[in-house]
Amino acid sequence: MPTERERRFVGLRRGQLIFALAFVALTLLMLSMITSETRWVDKTRLFAQPRFWPAVALGGMALMGGLHLYRLPWRRITRYDVWETQKWLMVVEYALWFMAYVLLVPILGYLPVTLIFAPALSWRVGYRSPRMIGFSLVFAVSVVILFKSLLAVKIPGGAIYDYLPGALRSFFIVNF
Amino acid sequence: MDLLESAIKILARWDVAMALLAGSVGGVLIGAIPGVGPAVAIAILLPATFSMDPIVGLTVLLGIYGSSMYGGAIPAILINTPGTAVNALTTYDGYPMTARGEPRRALSLAYSASFFGGIFSVVCLILFAPVLAKIAPMFGSREIFLAALLGLILVVVAHRGQALIAGALASFGIFIQTIGLEPVKYSQRFTFGQDFLSGGINLIVVVLGLFALSQAFVLLTSEDEKIRLTKLRGGMFQGLRELARHPRVASVSAGFGVMMGMIPGVGEFTAQFMSYTYAQRSSKRPEDFGHGSSEGLIAAETSNNAVPAAAMVPLLALGIPGEALTAMMLSVFYVHNVVPGPGLFQNKMDFVVALYLALLILNVLVLIFLLFATNALIQVVRIPNRFLGVCILTLSFVGVYSLRNSATDCVMAAGFGVLGYILKRLSMPVVPIILGMVLGGIMEVKLRAGMARVKEPLDFIDRPVAFILFLAIILVLATHFRRVWLDRKSLKEAEWQSKQRSTSFGKMLLRRRNSLSMERGKLARARRLTWYRRLMDLF
Repeated sequence: MPTERERRFVGLRRGQLIFALAFVALTLLMLSMITSETRWVDKTRLFAQPRFWPAVALGGMALMGGLHLYRLPWRRITRYDVWETQKWLMVVEYALWFMAYVLLVPILGYLPVTLIFAPALSWRVGYRSPRMIGFSLVFAVSVVILFKSLLAVKIPGGAIYDYLPGALRSFFIVNF
Repeated sequence: MDLLESAIKILARWDVAMALLAGSVGGVLIGAIPGVGPAVAIAILLPATFSMDPIVGLTVLLGIYGSSMYGGAIPAILINTPGTAVNALTTYDGYPMTARGEPRRALSLAYSASFFGGIFSVVCLILFAPVLAKIAPMFGSREIFLAALLGLILVVVAHRGQALIAGALASFGIFIQTIGLEPVKYSQRFTFGQDFLSGGINLIVVVLGLFALSQAFVLLTSEDEKIRLTKLRGGMFQGLRELARHPRVASVSAGFGVMMGMIPGVGEFTAQFMSYTYAQRSSKRPEDFGHGSSEGLIAAETSNNAVPAAAMVPLLALGIPGEALTAMMLSVFYVHNVVPGPGLFQNKMDFVVALYLALLILNVLVLIFLLFATNALIQVVRIPNRFLGVCILTLSFVGVYSLRNSATDCVMAAGFGVLGYILKRLSMPVVPIILGMVLGGIMEVKLRAGMARVKEPLDFIDRPVAFILFLAIILVLATHFRRVWLDRKSLKEAEWQSKQRSTSFGKMLLRRRNSLSMERGKLARARRLTWYRRLMDLF
């Protein structure tokens, strides 16, 4: 049965203790490095010291993060916390998908990679119908035309475009 | 009058007109899709607006900000899911109306109320602009520092029950902002000898990670929901007539929206809460609230739409954003070397009025669009969650990569995306990190400049505005600590009561039996005593 303190806690229970512990540990690590990673300049007032604001920020993190950890109604890591951590790690896969997309664009070009990425990710998350794969292809083409061809945002042309013949090469580099 | 003319001249361009149209329609669409929201859209579009004129770029972003709440009312009313976070209160009275077969009336009333709120706040602020132009120059370095500090404190204490972690995350935001080359003494801070950290961590990278990528991760790992939409028949104009029957609720709610929007860190939720409470208390039928009350719907929608224009006040007049969306807009100003603050009101007043006029036109465009296109628009609610996740992840690439064509930025954005996902899973606030980053930078610069002329600590607050701001900070902190103390007291009482309470069912029954028998025994003894006395009285 949950205690009164647990019942009044704002937010979900699972993962809270692990997050608070990691936050405080990171803060203490940064605080321990403050003298090597920032400078104290002689004949300079406190508020103008390069170390002043990192110290204020890390002090705030340590104080409030520490108090948050102290005020947590749980003191033991349960299996639910471990499951929640596993859930956090699962999204790293999608972060890797994103990074693969980023790294492939300068090589294969924005349009080809987007045409592969959107349907492939749709497939990965469980869409198998030709209708959804078709939607993802249409979406991929629309995004490239809107941002690269019309709004001309800064995305470099793919290295693969160098193999295209003269006029087509510059057309692809500029538009796709 | 000259001011108005020059403001109209700024707006009378085809690209501004296109931006207004794109912003208004795009904002409504984004608002209508649950799970996207204006923060994600603005974060993705920010780098694309850098190549535009400041007025064009800001009009698009303002359009999305201002019109997303109109769109957010659609799923809130039809499927009981708010399109944007601020439409949560709309579900209280909007959905019950749909449930009893009045979706058209609810939507029409929500649009009309939103329109009134938007127009009311813009008119108020256009009238208020000359006063602001006089007040803004009173803000020097110390006042701006104190106003930024007040904004940060308000953001932290607004998260009731989570103030400690909100404060820790705001401090984390300040810490991120300090990473890189310190601009005055040219020393490295927490760069760990890495070149890519020397330039610091870009705000847009953090914003894209915390808002767009984290939302994509949330959607990609969630399940698709089956949505059943109610068919809408008939016109959408009845809401305007119904709104005219509640002028008091509408104007008071809009007034709350304007006031709360102007205070950094407060925003829509407080405005809605105050308006809704006022409307309920002053209503002849308070029992209808939460069960499809038209007054409740008006209060919720009017107040939240009055906020965007008002939220631009601290940003334009002082250069202090009060929330995440205006913080993102600040970066558009900086990219174009337009520095918001007192100088903007003195030197570029026409630009400020042009922005307000753009908001005015935007509200009209959105209302016209919604009155005629709602039937087609409601279909966007059907887009499946995981497919939306795919779309947001694809679009986030444009946002991050087009900034500097840097893969390192993308790695950092992905890292912040995972952090944002964790914070969302834990129901922790993300906004304090962004505001910590923006306001931390402002506070560092202004405190250094302000302290240069201060000999004694009390000199820092010897000017009237600085003193008022200092008092406001003390008041906010005192109120917060009082609330914390009262919460603690009530927790202790509840804990004491639960400690005394028996949790054993057997013991409880035993005590109950004893108590009953004692009561019965008392009654029996009293009855016998009465009879005995009566008997004795006979003799």
